[in-house]
Amino acid sequence: MHFAFSDDQKMLRDTVREVLLRECAPEIVRAAWEGRTDGVRAAWNTLAETGVIGMTASDAAGGMGMSELDLLLPLEETGYAAMPGPIVDTVAVGIPLIEAAGTDAQRERWLSPAAAGEVRMVVSFEGQEIVPHAASADVMIAERGGAAFCVPIDEVSVQPERSVDRARELGRVSFEPNPRYQMREEVNTVELFALGRERAALGTAAQLVGLSRRMLDMAVQYAKDREQFGKPIGAQQAIKHRLANALIEQEFARPTVYRAGWSMATSARDAEVDVSLAKIYAGQAAKFVAKEALQVHGAIGYTTECDLHMWMKRAWALAAAHGDAAHHRERIGRHIL
Amino acid sequence: MDLNFTDSENAFRDECRSWLEANVPSGALPSGDTKEGFALHLQWEHELFDAGWAAVSWPKEYGGREATLFEWLIFEEEYYRVGAPSRVTQNGIFLLAPTLFEFGTDEQKDRILRPMARGDVTWGQAWSEPNAGSDLASLKSTARRVEGGWRLTGQKTWSTRAAFCDMAYGLFRTDPEQARHRGLTYFMFPLHAEGVTVRGVDRLDGDEGFAEIFLDDVFVPDAEILGEVHQGWKVAMATTSSERGLSLRSPGRFMATATRLIDLYHRFRDRSEPVLRDWVIQAWMDAQVYRWFTFQTVTRMGQGQEIGPDSSMNKVFWSEMDVRTHEIALAIIGNVLELDEGSPSAVDAGAWMKGFQFALAGPIYAGTNEIQRNIIAERVLGLPRK
Repeated sequence: MHFAFSDDQKMLRDTVREVLLRECAPEIVRAAWEGRTDGVRAAWNTLAETGVIGMTASDAAGGMGMSELDLLLPLEETGYAAMPGPIVDTVAVGIPLIEAAGTDAQRERWLSPAAAGEVRMVVSFEGQEIVPHAASADVMIAERGGAAFCVPIDEVSVQPERSVDRARELGRVSFEPNPRYQMREEVNTVELFALGRERAALGTAAQLVGLSRRMLDMAVQYAKDREQFGKPIGAQQAIKHRLANALIEQEFARPTVYRAGWSMATSARDAEVDVSLAKIYAGQAAKFVAKEALQVHGAIGYTTECDLHMWMKRAWALAAAHGDAAHHRERIGRHIL
Repeated sequence: MDLNFTDSENAFRDECRSWLEANVPSGALPSGDTKEGFALHLQWEHELFDAGWAAVSWPKEYGGREATLFEWLIFEEEYYRVGAPSRVTQNGIFLLAPTLFEFGTDEQKDRILRPMARGDVTWGQAWSEPNAGSDLASLKSTARRVEGGWRLTGQKTWSTRAAFCDMAYGLFRTDPEQARHRGLTYFMFPLHAEGVTVRGVDRLDGDEGFAEIFLDDVFVPDAEILGEVHQGWKVAMATTSSERGLSLRSPGRFMATATRLIDLYHRFRDRSEPVLRDWVIQAWMDAQVYRWFTFQTVTRMGQGQEIGPDSSMNKVFWSEMDVRTHEIALAIIGNVLELDEGSPSAVDAGAWMKGFQFALAGPIYAGTNEIQRNIIAERVLGLPRK
C-alpha cells in the first residue's frame, strides 16, 4: 500500500499550475464569459506544448500514452484555474476513444492534431443532447443507437443554450448519423462508451477538487484581508469554523478522486464504484466550499464583480455533469445493498 | 501509487484473521466501562498480549511484533471485523505509550510498557480539571518539590475508567511563578496511593466510565516524571495528537460499524422509508472515505512527514461520522429505538442506542471539535489567532 503520487506526476502538476497561473488568470476566464476566447486558446496551446493535451494519445500520435491516474493532477489544476474549454472531453475521453475505435482515416485526421492542440474534441454520449463547447470544437464524437461516430463539427447542428456558467458555451447538438463518419464497427461500442463515461466522471471530479481548492484559497485570503470591528474577519471563530469545515470537506474528497484514478488506471475490480464515490464527494465538497466561500465574502461575493462567482457556477454545473449525486449513489447502492 | 496491499501485508492479514477467529470470545462481554466487565476485558487483554497481538507495532522487546503502520491498520480492520472486545487498555497503549517511546527513559520503558500492554497495570488519563477543560493550560493542580520526588495536590476529572485503573498520567504545575503552558510537568502517578481518592461518575449511558481523582499531598518519586521538569506541555501535546489522529480511531472500527448498519438495514428494509437507503449508502461511503484518507496520511508518515494539525481534521471527521452512522441506525430501528440494553425486546441487544451514546462523546473528548476547528483554521489555513 502506497498512497502518494510520484515525483514525475507532481512535476507535471507544477508545470500545469505555472502555465495556468500565467496564461489562465481570472481575467482570461472573465473574457471567455464575454465570448472572447483568444486567451483560453493561447493557454490551451501552451498546455499542448507541455504535452498535457496529448497525454493520453499514443506515441505514434505524438502523445505520452498516459493513464487516468496521470491525468488527475493536471485536470485538478485546470479546475483550480476554472479554465474554460473541452479539456476533459478531449484529453480524458475523446482521444482514448479515437485511439480505440477510430478508423485509419479518423486517426490520421484527428489524433496528432489533437495532441498538438490544433483540434478540440467534444463528446456526446447516448441521450446527451446538450454539449458544452460544441460550437467552438472541431469534431464531435457521438454515441447514437449503439454506434460510434466521429463527426466534423460543421456537419453538426449546434443550437445555442445558455449555462449559468457563461464560459461553458452550451449547445444542443444534432446530426444525421452518416455511415461516412462511423467509427470502426468491429469494436464493442457500448463497452467503450461506458468506459468513456467513467473517464468523463473521473476527470470532472478532478476538476471539482481544483475548483474547491481555489474557492477556499479565495475565501481564506479574503478573511485575512477584510477588517471589521478593527480586526480581520478571519480572527472570528464563526468565520474560522466555516472555513475549517470547508477544508475538511475538500481534503476528504481528494483521496476518493485519487483512488478512483488508480482503480481505472489498473482496471481494478469495482472501479466504477470508486468513480461514483469520487464524483459524489468531489461534487458535494465543491458545492459546500462554494456556499461557505460566498458567505465569508459577504455582499461582494454576491456580485459578478468578484471572481468567486465564476468558480462557484462552474462547481454547480460540474457537480451535476456526468452523473449527479443521486445517479452515482444509486450505482453504489446496487453494489453494496 | 500502489493501492494494492503487498504480499506480506496480505499474509499478515491472514495471520491476524486466523488467530482472531480462533480466539475471540463468542458472545459480547459485559461493558468494559463497568467493574465486572472491566475485569473480563482484562482477561482478554492478557490473552492478546501472550499471543503477541496486544500492541503489534511495538518493538519485540516490549511484547510487540514490529508491525508497520499499515499492518497495524490491517490488524485493526480484522479486529473490528470479527467483533472483538473493546480495548480497555487503550489509554495506556495508544495514548501514553507513544509519548513514552518519544520522551521516556530506558528505565521507564522497561518498567512500564510490558505490564501496560498485558493489562497487568492499567492506565487512565488525568488531564481535565473542573475549571480546565478546553482551556487545559489554566489547570490548577500542583506538584511541590520534596526530598526524592514531588507531592501532588489538586483535582482531575473525566478520567476514563479511572475507577478501575491502577495508574494515571497528567499535567501538574511545578513552577508557581510561571503561567499557563509554561512551568507544567508531566507526571505518572498511582491511583491506590495514600492521599488519592477516586470517585466514579456515571456517563450518559449510565456506566461508571468516568471518574474524578482527588489528590491530597500524594508522594511521587522523580522517576515518574515523563520528559523534563517544567516541559510537560510539550510532552502532553505529543499525546493529544495521537489521541486526535490515528492511534485512537483506526478506520477498521468504522468499516465494521458500516457493515453492521447494512446488515441492520437489510433486516428492516421492508418497512424502511426510501430515504433511509440513501443515508445507509452515505454512511458506507463515509467509512470508505475515512479509510482512504487514513491510508494517504499513513503513506505520508511512512515518508517521514509530520502530520501535526492535520490530525484535527481526522478527529472532526471520524467523530461526526460516528454520530451520523448511529443516528441512521436508530432511524432504521424506528419507534422501538428506546429499548435499552437489558430490555428483552431490544434490537441487537440495545447495541445501537449504547453505541449512539458512546458516539456522542466523540465530538467532546480529545479536544472538542470547536477547539479542533480553531486549530485547523489557525495552523492549517493560517487565519489570525486574535
